[in-house]
Amino acid sequence: MKLTKNPAPEPAPVAPSGGHVPESQRKIGDYARDYVDGIKGGELGSLPIFIGMLIICIVFQSQNDQFLTSGNFVNLILQSAAFMTIGMGVVWVLLLGEIDLSIGYVSGVAGVITAILLTPDGNTSPTAVAIVIAILSGTAIGTFHGILFTKIGIPSFVVTLAGLLAWNGVVLLLIGSRGTVTLQDDFTIGLANDFLSPELAWLGVVAAAGIYAGAQLNEVRVRRAAGLGHEPMLLVGLRIGALTLALAAVVAIANDDRGIPWVFVLVGALLLFWTYILKRTKFGRYVFAVGGNVEAARRAGINVDRIRISVFAIASTMAAIGGIILASRLRSVDTNAGGGSILLYSIAAPVIGGTSLFGGRGTIKSAILGAIVIASIDNGLGLLGLGSGEKFVITGGVLLLAVTVDSLSRRKQTASGRA
Amino acid sequence: MSTTPLLQLRGVSKHFGAVQVLQQVDFHVSAGEVMALVGDNGAGKSTLIKCIAGIHQIDGGEIVFDGKPVTMSGPKDSADLGIEVVYQDLALADNLDVVQNMFLGREELGSRRQLNEPLMEARAKKTLSDLSVTTIKSVRQTVAGLSGGQRQSVAVAKAVMWNSRLVILDEPTAALGVAQTRQVLDLVKRLGEQGLAVVLISHNLHDIFEVADSVTVLRLGQNVAEYRVADTTSQEVVQAITAGSMTSVPGLKKELS
Repeated sequence: MKLTKNPAPEPAPVAPSGGHVPESQRKIGDYARDYVDGIKGGELGSLPIFIGMLIICIVFQSQNDQFLTSGNFVNLILQSAAFMTIGMGVVWVLLLGEIDLSIGYVSGVAGVITAILLTPDGNTSPTAVAIVIAILSGTAIGTFHGILFTKIGIPSFVVTLAGLLAWNGVVLLLIGSRGTVTLQDDFTIGLANDFLSPELAWLGVVAAAGIYAGAQLNEVRVRRAAGLGHEPMLLVGLRIGALTLALAAVVAIANDDRGIPWVFVLVGALLLFWTYILKRTKFGRYVFAVGGNVEAARRAGINVDRIRISVFAIASTMAAIGGIILASRLRSVDTNAGGGSILLYSIAAPVIGGTSLFGGRGTIKSAILGAIVIASIDNGLGLLGLGSGEKFVITGGVLLLAVTVDSLSRRKQTASGRA
Repeated sequence: MSTTPLLQLRGVSKHFGAVQVLQQVDFHVSAGEVMALVGDNGAGKSTLIKCIAGIHQIDGGEIVFDGKPVTMSGPKDSADLGIEVVYQDLALADNLDVVQNMFLGREELGSRRQLNEPLMEARAKKTLSDLSVTTIKSVRQTVAGLSGGQRQSVAVAKAVMWNSRLVILDEPTAALGVAQTRQVLDLVKRLGEQGLAVVLISHNLHDIFEVADSVTVLRLGQNVAEYRVADTTSQEVVQAITAGSMTSVPGLKKELS
């Protein structure tokens, strides 16, 4: 019985020595045991992703030895960057337990605005101005959706479903009779087509590892100063080492081919930024609270409407940035901008990565992990010469599997009192 | 009580439309006193505490806090005075941990407007240990994993952390088992011992006779009796709840006058 894990009624007020190890004396073995207990209790974390990626790599590599090559690795980064970016915005909406179906075409609108503003036709905007206008139009669209949702009370599903249709229309109107607008700006094209020099990439690894180590050690220092228990140094060291190794491996593999694309740096920066906002600021805490229990949030004096509107604004802003990345990779936008699999892949990414569809649980990095899985499947099936039909069926199956894992782990968490 | 009450309600009335919910109610509670508020369903207990908490505004009478008449125009006014209410549904977010719940809406910020987690964790731990709550293993576990008694303890700790002077508990033991009820009643007793004024709403006379100093009985929107717990019996209280004499019977007013 799973329930035995949670010794039912507390054995009346006991002396502080209740059998558990005090936080300050916990050894690395205790953390390992906690992790295993967590998995048994349904807190799977990133485990399904790693198992999934292992299976994907073995299957595709056995079918086509082009899959695990440095060239394909760089392709994978380029193909998944837009989904990662848009997905990071979707995480926020999912945390509230809501949905945004419009992000695909919102990304299309932003891509088209960028391309049109940068067309050399006599009144070309400076690059920065064009990009800022495109991103801010995303913010404005999201704010508009948020206001319709909160102030009028239309369900987010309906607001953004209408948005899906309307913004698709706006893409068509903006492109008009041109059919295709070519992106003619070196900076914007370079985003997804230029690469860091090998030296610069290595410098980046050193800097990232240094910052991460500094932040982790500072955390330990602050907690120790406050007289609180902290993780054993061995565990902290292992984590810093693992991150450094992973980054070094990415850079080494990429440098073997064209190198690290600039868009990888952009996605990394966005990941750090949003993770900081979600984990370390009041705003992030309030988003979790609204997603977990609206009534509790309201009674705590949180302005629920403001949080909701901001979250929809974030989702559309990130969609706009993703749209610019997509336009950059394709070097043009056409009447299909923002269509196809963008919407579903971007929503599927965080869900596959472990963010709950039911609200209140999730991480920004889930969008990155999930996008890697989706892009790998897409890429691998492409290498096998299979068409969109097979791709969609298989990706759909993976999404279903991810949601099943979410639902089952949630049920298990409820049973073991961890929900 | 010889000391002046911390909170005093004099002749408070409240109606919703044509329904007179509270009629000339007097109520008081002093620092260090556990005052029980009892009454049958619909007696006006909830309305009374919502008036004290500033959720409803009173139509007549006055509220005196700390010797000064006050007006409550919103929940913030009562919170500013140091009045905290622990509602029956507790209003905890299951996905947040104990510290996050205790500080929800009042987070401490450190440098660069960052959440000051170590400070909050230390304060949460101190508050829980001051209340002798020893059943919560880790303040970093999510509230979803806690038992009913533990959740109640967290909600109470959350309420008393803010230098509050009056804590109102709405049926804190209603959904709890024997051991957990024990745990919460001990907690209520300690609140009184620490000098807070406590208002305890309960249907369970056994609980009340165990922890309360006094008991106020409401019946159909009027207070019909007030007893020192030491000087009364549960039979007397039950009688007051069900058949206490009222100054006027609602609806019968005209005939009587």
